[in-house]
Amino acid sequence: MIKFLLMVNKQGQTRLSKYYEQVELGKRAALEADVVRGCLARRKEECSFVEYKDYKLVYRQYAALFIVVGITENENELSIFELVHNFVEVLDKYFSRVSELDIMFNLDKVHIILDEMILNGHIVETNKNRILAPLLALDKMVES
Amino acid sequence: EIIRRKAVLALYKFYLIAPNQVQHIHAKFRKALCDKDPGVMTSSLHIYLQLIRESPDGYKELTVSFVTILKQVVGGKLPVDFNYHNVPAPWLQIQLLRILSLLGKDDQSTSALMYEVLDESLRRAEMNHNITYAILYECVKAVYTIHPKAELLEKAARCIGNFVLSPKINLKYLGLKALTYVVQHDAKLALQHQMTIIECLDHSDFTIKRETLELLFRITNAQNVTVIVEKMLDFLRSCDDEHTIIHLTMNEVFSVGGDLLQQDVPNNFLRLLAEGSESKEEDDQLRLYAVDSYLTVLKGDASHLPQHFLQVMSWVLGEYGHLQESVDQHEVIRLLTKLLDQRNVSLETRVWILSALTKISEGHTDLIEDLAESLSSSQDTVLRQQAHELRHLSRDSQLHEGVLPHGAPWEGMEVDSSLSFLDGFVSEALAAGAAPYKPPHQRQEELCEDRELNLEPYSFSLPVSLSSCSITDRHSPTLLSVSSGLSGNSTELSQKAGSSTLILEGVKRVWGKDGYLPQKETTAPPVDKPSPAVQPSGQQEASERIEPQPEPSTQNQDKQQLASSLFVGLGAGSSMSLLGKSEAPPPRFRKKPRPLDSSSSSSSGTSERSSDSSSRSSRSMTDNFLYGSLLEEEPATSISAFDHTPKSTTANGLAENTDAKEDRRANTSQILGGDMVIVRPNTIQDKHPPPASSDLTALLPADLKDLPHSDVISLTSDPSLSLCSCRVFRDEALLLVIFISNCTESVVKDVAVQLGCEELETASLRGNIMDSLEGKSTSVCHYALLMDDPHTNVSFTGTVCYQTQPGHTSTLPFSGTLSTADFIRPLVVTTEEYGKLWLSLSHDVKQNLKLLTDASDPLRTTLNALKDALQLHIVDIVGSEGIVACRLLSGAPCLLHCRVNGTALAMWLRSPHPALPDCILYHCQRALAQH
Repeated sequence: MIKFLLMVNKQGQTRLSKYYEQVELGKRAALEADVVRGCLARRKEECSFVEYKDYKLVYRQYAALFIVVGITENENELSIFELVHNFVEVLDKYFSRVSELDIMFNLDKVHIILDEMILNGHIVETNKNRILAPLLALDKMVES
Repeated sequence: EIIRRKAVLALYKFYLIAPNQVQHIHAKFRKALCDKDPGVMTSSLHIYLQLIRESPDGYKELTVSFVTILKQVVGGKLPVDFNYHNVPAPWLQIQLLRILSLLGKDDQSTSALMYEVLDESLRRAEMNHNITYAILYECVKAVYTIHPKAELLEKAARCIGNFVLSPKINLKYLGLKALTYVVQHDAKLALQHQMTIIECLDHSDFTIKRETLELLFRITNAQNVTVIVEKMLDFLRSCDDEHTIIHLTMNEVFSVGGDLLQQDVPNNFLRLLAEGSESKEEDDQLRLYAVDSYLTVLKGDASHLPQHFLQVMSWVLGEYGHLQESVDQHEVIRLLTKLLDQRNVSLETRVWILSALTKISEGHTDLIEDLAESLSSSQDTVLRQQAHELRHLSRDSQLHEGVLPHGAPWEGMEVDSSLSFLDGFVSEALAAGAAPYKPPHQRQEELCEDRELNLEPYSFSLPVSLSSCSITDRHSPTLLSVSSGLSGNSTELSQKAGSSTLILEGVKRVWGKDGYLPQKETTAPPVDKPSPAVQPSGQQEASERIEPQPEPSTQNQDKQQLASSLFVGLGAGSSMSLLGKSEAPPPRFRKKPRPLDSSSSSSSGTSERSSDSSSRSSRSMTDNFLYGSLLEEEPATSISAFDHTPKSTTANGLAENTDAKEDRRANTSQILGGDMVIVRPNTIQDKHPPPASSDLTALLPADLKDLPHSDVISLTSDPSLSLCSCRVFRDEALLLVIFISNCTESVVKDVAVQLGCEELETASLRGNIMDSLEGKSTSVCHYALLMDDPHTNVSFTGTVCYQTQPGHTSTLPFSGTLSTADFIRPLVVTTEEYGKLWLSLSHDVKQNLKLLTDASDPLRTTLNALKDALQLHIVDIVGSEGIVACRLLSGAPCLLHCRVNGTALAMWLRSPHPALPDCILYHCQRALAQH
């Protein structure tokens, strides 16, 4: 099960955070800082999975942006690793060449996309067209 | 369809929140599963995964549907836009595989339905992309979870192999994880990948390391537990933030194999806990965690826990119990007291517990009073003493505060090693006419002079009590009890005084045990007159040998040794396969010419080998950094290789080791033959030449066959059964293999073997109970014998119960003797290590022995004779002096320093164990007398 998903840049600023389990607001900041420190400390040749408290962290770096997913022990790390990539591909498709700025200024849309893909800590949709369908419908409404 | 999808997901959430509220719409779930839209179907899988996890039995009939769905997905029947990198709906596949593995668990008929599709997935997922590996991993997990099918298992195992060997670090990780999962079902698979596992153990990546340790933990068994725990300790030392997780595994390991561990392993662990790391906060957290977890353990049933584990627990609770404020100290005390009352708790553990109680007793006088009262009448002096201390301290809280400050840093404690505070008392006693204190060996020499006539019995029995009363012994609590039994010497007075003033010292004894052993060095000099000229010269030699040129093949060998020590006992074939593997490197290794610059080698004929060995020692120094962790294993593993190999050449001691080892590698069968030659004088053996002893050795289990063993001797027999035994020398225990042969034609039923020995720890390993034994057949059972306290000879007794006719039980008693020599193993050390070790050991015994003068080189001949008889390891011989080392199984070492003194051999033995030198001396005397 997926516990949380973070998007953090190299400076340690959180761009997006999504929790699938109740975590107190005060604790979130501390947890994010910890997680980011853990991931930034790792070198390229080390594997993309880190243990952190009860979770496994799966992280993937896209330029200056880290996407970190906290999962439980019984989850398949590699599938999550690829899910992250799938997520980025979807973002890429929607924003056409996504950048950190896109995410910063279209946070609502990124959240919609994420909600389509992951619900209750489970992967619910991975089909790119279907993920984007509601969002595109919304956009059409706004335009008209 | 998007609405249907969301509706299903909403239902899933409902179900999670209140399962009972959605019971009426279970049919709807089923409809969703069969929905024509794949999205809706995917969503419904979440519900089913949850439902099936809760009760797999209710959904067996759906297996067919899931299998069909998976088949369609794998077959690419979904619309193309579900593909991810050309893989059809990978996450859906993973989800389905999870469901299937839950359904097929322990259910043959259901499993049969899915074999085909699993095979298909394994085959399809061969594309070179991460996501296919993710599917494969899930597939492999499923294959190993469901009812096994050989064909699939084989394929899955091959997949794991690919994972583990992959250069991609993420895949390697996943492979290890899969392996960890798989070894729970089939431990043998780990054997195939042992070299990779060893490499991963040294990987720079913590995650990989941790996963590997997890894997090792799963394959922990009685034989490799020590090695694995050492690895874990290493890891614990090097990493800071994941203490607690390791700690948890440590706990489990302790409770599994605690009693098999050597004393120093728990001690290391405790020291680690006490020293802590840089950050105080982190330490406290870890300690707090330890206290918590131990309390939970103690609250459960503690009666089956190993002694060592109990000791660790009581120490931690005593030292850090106060950190945990939420738990009442009363509760802690109550738990510890309960532990004390338990029957199977050994004396030593009791002492540990009591000192823990002393530490936390402050302010709880009422409870303590009763306890101290009851224990102060205890039989054991140490317990009694501690109980008195406890009482005094609990009455006077100020004193308590002074003696045991809360959470004092461990550096703060200092043991007054010279016992200077006793000086006043001693001088008073001297003035009063008491004889001055003599160091034990001096006393013993005097005794020897007195009783020149019948040297043997006295020299054995007296030194035991004398040497154990030396002041330095105070470090180990169990010894004090012996000292009170001493009589006949005026120094006794000062001894007694020692134990009464020791009250302050006594509580710190724990420190002596785990952190302060180096202190002994300072105590040693006044007692002994450091004369060994060998030492400096030996060190010089060692430094000359430093020739940094590490050989890859040696490293490789080390790895294989480590592997063999790790995977021992995983399967019968393991030792065989390892030997097979390691046969390759030695020839290369041996032929390498090397300039000889060690001046010490007296035998020029073996120059090549001694240089090999010197390169070995040099490597062990220079390579410390890279292979530090491997090296720690080296002594243990190499001993297993050196053990009992036939020593035919009379070469330099060091050189001979590598020699013997290579021999062993190169030709195992020859060694098997050679081992039969090591026949120790044994009277029983000659009396009953067993009719078919050679046949019986062939019956030794495959994993024991390669170990050195004695001849088979007949124990006893009656008309229907005959019993033979064979001693197999393993480096951590003596295995007594008992062959039970049925002499009759008919079947003997319910055969049960019982073996007992007062002085030894016995553990049945295999085959001590059989339902039936066919006519004219032989069965084998094993006992592992451990010797903690050396005795010259120990006898074991046992019985075999069996039934020839139903209801008619016959009993056949048997007995035999074992000598300490069976428990002595060579200790392979370099001269330098020997020097260090020598200084750190406290118990010494001196004695003159007969020198075999008939040969040209009397010292060498004598030492070789001793070596053959007692399996000692000759470290070095220089001029008229020789140094020899051995150990009691894998425990206490004993160092022997021999010097030719006219026609006698002046033997000086040292060991941390008080009785061991005497024991070895006795056997040396016997061996030389028989020569």
